[in-house]
Amino acid sequence: MDRHSLQAGHRACAGCGEALGARLAIDAIGEKVIIANATGCLEVFSTKYPESAWTVPWIHSLFENAPAVASGIEAGLKALGKADSVTVVAQAGDGGTADIGFGALSGMFERGHNILYLCYDNEAYMNTGIQRSGLTPLDARTTTSPPGERSWGNDTMKKDLPAIAVAHGVPYVATASVAYPHDVQAKVKRAIKVKGPKYIQIHVPCPLGWGFEGQLTIEIARLAVESGLYPLYEMENGRVTRVKTVPKRVPVEEYLRPQARFRHLFKTPGGEEQLRRIQEIADANAARFGLGPVETPQPVGV
Amino acid sequence: MRKVIEGSAAIAEAIKACRAQVIAAYPITPQTHIVQELSEMVANGALKAEYVRVESEHSAASAVLGASAVGARAYTASSSQGIMLMAEVLFNISGLRLPVVMTCANRAISGPINIWNDQQDSYSVRDAGWIQLHAEDNQEAVDLHLQAYRIAEDPRVQLPVMVCMDGFVLTHSYEPVDIPEQELVDSFLLPFRPARTLDPADPKTFGMYAEEGYTETRFAVQRAMQSSKAVIQEVAQVFERHFGRASGGLLQGYRLEDAELVLMGTGSILGLLKSVADDLRVRGERVGALKLVSYRPFPTETLREKLAGVQKVAVFEKAISPGGVGILAGDLRSALHPVKNGPEVSSFIVGLGGKDITAGTILQAVEMARAGYVESHFMELDEEFLAAAVE
Repeated sequence: MDRHSLQAGHRACAGCGEALGARLAIDAIGEKVIIANATGCLEVFSTKYPESAWTVPWIHSLFENAPAVASGIEAGLKALGKADSVTVVAQAGDGGTADIGFGALSGMFERGHNILYLCYDNEAYMNTGIQRSGLTPLDARTTTSPPGERSWGNDTMKKDLPAIAVAHGVPYVATASVAYPHDVQAKVKRAIKVKGPKYIQIHVPCPLGWGFEGQLTIEIARLAVESGLYPLYEMENGRVTRVKTVPKRVPVEEYLRPQARFRHLFKTPGGEEQLRRIQEIADANAARFGLGPVETPQPVGV
Repeated sequence: MRKVIEGSAAIAEAIKACRAQVIAAYPITPQTHIVQELSEMVANGALKAEYVRVESEHSAASAVLGASAVGARAYTASSSQGIMLMAEVLFNISGLRLPVVMTCANRAISGPINIWNDQQDSYSVRDAGWIQLHAEDNQEAVDLHLQAYRIAEDPRVQLPVMVCMDGFVLTHSYEPVDIPEQELVDSFLLPFRPARTLDPADPKTFGMYAEEGYTETRFAVQRAMQSSKAVIQEVAQVFERHFGRASGGLLQGYRLEDAELVLMGTGSILGLLKSVADDLRVRGERVGALKLVSYRPFPTETLREKLAGVQKVAVFEKAISPGGVGILAGDLRSALHPVKNGPEVSSFIVGLGGKDITAGTILQAVEMARAGYVESHFMELDEEFLAAAVE
């Protein structure tokens, strides 16, 4: 592609994982695409009037309706006899996907529309100032899940959206990470060959929201995968078909420690117990997907 | 072809004749018969359209938004809570200037929950930027749908249209209705040729984040609304020449010549208002009726003309802005405010939640209006119920 689908010059923060994830994913499709985008950082930073960073047809309507708008686009293209020549994409952040747009997403899945849904998962509502979403991980500090005397931060587990997509009978479901750009693009390319709804959830670290320097985005994303907290896998027709194994799995602390959103776990007495719980999440992922053992088991603690 | 047909079935025939290409709807009483009929037409091949069985009214409005943005003629229908759930999408559709057409089968809003007719639903979204046209009977409802696409898709307008018809009173009533022949509709309503679409061959960004240009974009909607007044009248004239019957327009007067008192409303109540006006004329009283077809845009100039010389207007409306006054009366007073010695406008709230409206109700209101200015008054209140139960 001579030019990117999402051009330089947009207003994302330095080191924005979402900008990178979106560019990688849409570039992998090519120019024959129509995108329905939910409200969120991506929409705001890429389309501030009178400039648009998109070189492909793109529409933003509201926060919770990208899957329904995309459903209408797909139906419209069918009615006009143009459906075969265009890939329809719906895309949103984690809040737009897991929370407010969840009903519309379920409807889109269930009706079997030929649409690729891309969830850019930066694990909180970043556009409104880092509030907790259904995909915020356990113990993360957000502005609405602050740690305190009676709180370790977010007190819920990350919602397992890929499993929910699979439960709808979605024929292609995958997770991906901006730390592995070729993998993101390979998954998008595989997805668009599948007829019906497709769901790819891409882990896109947010320097501002997570509290790390912008040059570390890829490193942080890589540690999420290498720790087992963000397993990368594909599920086709309900079965796990590919997994990125992690032969040298690192302890979760290596991923958590550089991020301000988890700093309280390392500074507060009793934090070791929380870190153990998070390690258990990674271990459970490793067992479920066969990622591999932690390379150098260390006592977990402050 | 003229036949006795249920209102909802007649609307489905009209949408079929308009060759709607994408239909997305979620069931709600009393809209359901319309979309059931359309589903059947799609299922048996009589209508070549994509029917999207959405999971909510929010998604129904969103799906027709998407379909219209790629250049498909799109249709949805709803009522009551469905209109409320759609509200933010309705604003968005007009802001995106997508000429979607929908039917509002007017129904009361919860709570308490009530499935019967009033017009609180469409009146409550009057500021969404949709043209709102009210049908008096099922023939007019059919005709307004045919006109709606032509108005909406007119390059001078490019705004969505909501055709309002009273739930049950019209949607579930059987009346003789002329369903126009397909060829006649095809020569009246040409295929949808939007100025811009989502098209990979000519990529465009729709729905941008705007600070700069926001006010101007809102102004453009207001300007298009104002321009649509001429288009609505023009389309009604073309319609009359084409189909041989008058229907639609901004408003229709009834025995307004020399009228001192005018009974005004929107929708199916007009039959009753005209009949009361006839009765009062027999008694020698100078009474007329005024049917407001287009509530948005509000035909300010035409109303000033039609009501010139009238002393009193009694507005009958099935909606209220609690803490304010009847919504239509408020708009009318505002429109008539600069008119010197203009008519006094009294507001009567009737027929909420399907409450019966009789000639007696209207006559009682007429007496009240004659006695003096009525800011806003609920007719036919059950005082015993109020005393016993409400607080």
